Amino acid sequence: MSKNHQFTRRGLLTTAGSIALATGISAPAILRAQTADVLRIGHLTPRTGFLGPLGEYAVMAIDLAVEEINASGGMMGRKVEVLKEDSVNPQTASTKAERMIERDKVACIIGEISSASCLTIAQVASRNKILFINTGGNSDALRGKDCQRYMFHVESQNSMYVKTVGRSFLRDGLVKGKKWYSLTADYAFGHDLLKVSKRFMEANGGNFAGDDLVPTDATDFSAYLLKIREARPDLVVINLAGNQITNFLKQYAEFGLTFPVGGFGFDTALAWAAGKGNFVGTWPVVWHHLLDTPGSKAFVAAFTKKYSKPPENQAWGDYIAAKIVAQTVNEIKSADSPAIIAHFEKGAKYDLLKTRQGYFRASDHQLMHEMYAVTALPADKIKNQWDIFTSSPPVPGPDEDLEVIAATREENSCTFPS
Amino acid sequence: MSAMLLAQQILNGLLDGVYYLLIALGLSLIFSLGGIVNLAHGAFYAIGAYLTLVLSPWLGFGGAFVAAPVAVGLLGMVIEATLFRRFYRSDPILSLLMTFGLAMVAEQALRMIFGAPPLSYSIPPWLRGQVAIGSFIYSFYRVVLLGIAATCIAGLWLLLQKTSFGRVVRAGVQNPDMVGALGISLQPYMSAVAALGIGLAGLAGVLLAPIYSIHPAMGQEIITPAFVVVVIGGLGSFWGVVAAALLVGLVKGVMVGVGYSAASTAAIYLLMLLVLLFRPRGLFGERITRFE
Repeated sequence: MSKNHQFTRRGLLTTAGSIALATGISAPAILRAQTADVLRIGHLTPRTGFLGPLGEYAVMAIDLAVEEINASGGMMGRKVEVLKEDSVNPQTASTKAERMIERDKVACIIGEISSASCLTIAQVASRNKILFINTGGNSDALRGKDCQRYMFHVESQNSMYVKTVGRSFLRDGLVKGKKWYSLTADYAFGHDLLKVSKRFMEANGGNFAGDDLVPTDATDFSAYLLKIREARPDLVVINLAGNQITNFLKQYAEFGLTFPVGGFGFDTALAWAAGKGNFVGTWPVVWHHLLDTPGSKAFVAAFTKKYSKPPENQAWGDYIAAKIVAQTVNEIKSADSPAIIAHFEKGAKYDLLKTRQGYFRASDHQLMHEMYAVTALPADKIKNQWDIFTSSPPVPGPDEDLEVIAATREENSCTFPS
Repeated sequence: MSAMLLAQQILNGLLDGVYYLLIALGLSLIFSLGGIVNLAHGAFYAIGAYLTLVLSPWLGFGGAFVAAPVAVGLLGMVIEATLFRRFYRSDPILSLLMTFGLAMVAEQALRMIFGAPPLSYSIPPWLRGQVAIGSFIYSFYRVVLLGIAATCIAGLWLLLQKTSFGRVVRAGVQNPDMVGALGISLQPYMSAVAALGIGLAGLAGVLLAPIYSIHPAMGQEIITPAFVVVVIGGLGSFWGVVAAALLVGLVKGVMVGVGYSAASTAAIYLLMLLVLLFRPRGLFGERITRFE
């Protein structure tokens, strides 16, 4: 046996290293010919890694949306075909976006959750003059210093999340003169969110008892929980992302801590995964499945029928983005990105399955729409695994301008690169 | 930071290390005996967690705690017989590729069966609550977890050191040809070691399911630190791996404790780098002739 082994430590380490590098490179897709009767759109979103679970909802939703669009005549009478790929990481996302545009000739790209990948896709899209609609990247920088003419945002920016749930915290007296302890995901999204939440705290007279950056691959929060217990904050603020939120909630309940919890970034799927009794606190969402509007009810019913579970907020983002594109293309009778963008910038209104219509703000391409703060129900009031929270009325309220929750020009300004 | 809090962080860090240990010991064992770097080890951990979820409604957590690791161990035996066995005598790069592929297949299989969104699972009511050890208040579940892990580790050590089974395994690690010359076939031992090592990963899956997010890629989250533990500890060294796991947990915990949480993951890689620079065989790595 021994003579067949050419095993060295060095060999093992280099191989392990090269395999790790190779993971980023994906299998080649099949070359597809462009035909006149099919209109192709690209969908990129992380389907593996810590954002993968959310990406799956995005994929389910875009499939449903395209199915519905085709059932009602497609776009300008052409059948819509969606090319879906796992965006994996910013580098891979950029490579795949390039391939979708240059080889597959997609009319636009929809998707993404990672703010870091949004940036690389937007750069490719702008270079090729192809529309990219961001459905899940929150960072304000994408609407500020990194903004791009060809990138629009269905997903709310961090400022909107902070100001939405901030109203609940202000109402509950958790801000003025209070101390917060925050845990922040250590990447673009988290850093941006921390900056925005600190601005909110400073403006409203509170301060931070502690603020820790958490590596994105951290699964165990016990060390942080011990620090939080020692610091005795008035509110624990979660600026984490993906599975981290679920891990944190499960372990927060495990350690029996009872300080109020809130977060500035959130996805319903993560609360469902934490489950009854573990899910606590008040969180902002762009949409949730309990909204009492005819549009939302129809969407929830169609989604539940197709996938045997209700959609979560990420599903809304990709679904509504596809619907917005379809409606626009049919209205202006053109699938050219510059024409679509011009229409968006004119302030065209769209039904977003909410009580009010929304529009893209021309100054930073952010969708102006209502948001909600959801609060976990106590365990004894929960009837099923999905309906585990109650919702605030829409924020902003019916008499307010939709822009009041968005970042002001002073807070975050965008100059589109020409 | 108070001395009290630092002491808590040190204790907590050591406990944290124990979770990696359950994964790392199996990795080290399978590598030492068969020369197979099992990149799919994390996938068995994930399968253990998902089995807990599936079995709990019928067997309860207690039942799943017994049944899931056994089932994962049996799956390990099947994988050993059908896949690992073909690679013991071939270039190790091939087995590395094979287990890498196996890990991807397993993860995608979990995704296809259970869906990509994470699934919910909680600590059973009888294991919830806090215990006070002096003025150190700690999760009761984690204390139980530590007890179980320590029992497994002690049991494994006794098995390897004090039984005839263990003697053959240890001899096989050092010199398989000599074991063969003595008329002992290593095949059944390989099979048992795979079942044991993979079963331990399954057990880790059961134990961590109530406190970690259960999703198809959860194996990837634990495999990297477990590898770091094996490399730091030294291949073939039981106590080296134990010491390395505790050290990795400790370094991570203290980094968070003293306010350098952002560098807590980077710190364990730095630790690995330092160990490799100064002790290329790992902390207590034994000289295994055939791997030199």
